[in-house]
Amino acid sequence: MDQLMADLKRQIIEALNLKHLKPEDIGDEQPLFVEGLGLDSIDALELIVLLQQQYNIKMANPQDGPQIFRSVKTIADYIRTNKTA
Amino acid sequence: MNYINRHCRIRNKTIESGGKIVYEKKGGSLDEFLDSAFASLSIGYPKFYKMDRLSKLGFLATEVLLKDIRLLDKYKAESVSIVTSNANASLDTDLKYFESTKTIASPALFVYTLSNIVAGEICIRQGIKGENAFFVLPGFDSTRLFEYTEIVMASGKTDACIAGWVDVLGEQHDVFLYLLEKLNSGGLEHSAKQLQKLYQENYGPVDGGS
Repeated sequence: MDQLMADLKRQIIEALNLKHLKPEDIGDEQPLFVEGLGLDSIDALELIVLLQQQYNIKMANPQDGPQIFRSVKTIADYIRTNKTA
Repeated sequence: MNYINRHCRIRNKTIESGGKIVYEKKGGSLDEFLDSAFASLSIGYPKFYKMDRLSKLGFLATEVLLKDIRLLDKYKAESVSIVTSNANASLDTDLKYFESTKTIASPALFVYTLSNIVAGEICIRQGIKGENAFFVLPGFDSTRLFEYTEIVMASGKTDACIAGWVDVLGEQHDVFLYLLEKLNSGGLEHSAKQLQKLYQENYGPVDGGS
């Protein structure tokens, strides 16, 4: 498994208190909100905090959130594009 | 006359229903107790893990209190009320939130920095839409609880009320909830004296203090 996505799954479970899930329960392209993992708006805010704390990435435009946080894969893609060396 | 048809206490990592122990887990932290008690109920409700300790305690007590009965089969959602009280408001979570602000404030903690969120979590889980009130008091006050719930029950808008005390600070926790109804289902007559008795009966000292 892609190491970044593996890290993200573990971090998402910890940050969002998804104690009923294991990293392998989350598909790379599984929707995170509504019909997928059922995350809510507060979780979205926690994901923004996670990006800032773990990857030092501040989202320039919060309106991009629905696209960025669509799945673990889209978050990983966003991190790869925006992470400073 | 209104009746205390069910009552539940959580103290010293022990859950009692109607005076009988239904779950206990000595040793370990309060957080471990809460999660293991929840697991023992076999309820598919992942949001539990996101709640703060105050809400988890209220949630668990209500699950035990209403075990095997469906309030909304008997009453309209709008006619079931919740009246709760405690001494520490949401201080347990307030302190954690304050700690988080030293780095990046946690939105998930922030939403629990109000004491009456516990009533909201119970309402969401149980489908309750009636009046709710939360009192912050120096200690369990059976007279105030009795008098206020009697007013609520006499309002003409409430047929049943979940009422009592839900308090937590650090490892110290103390919960007493009861189901108040106009109909007597083998319950006890509602009075301040009866509430005080049920709250205190056979209670040892609270452990887990900081």
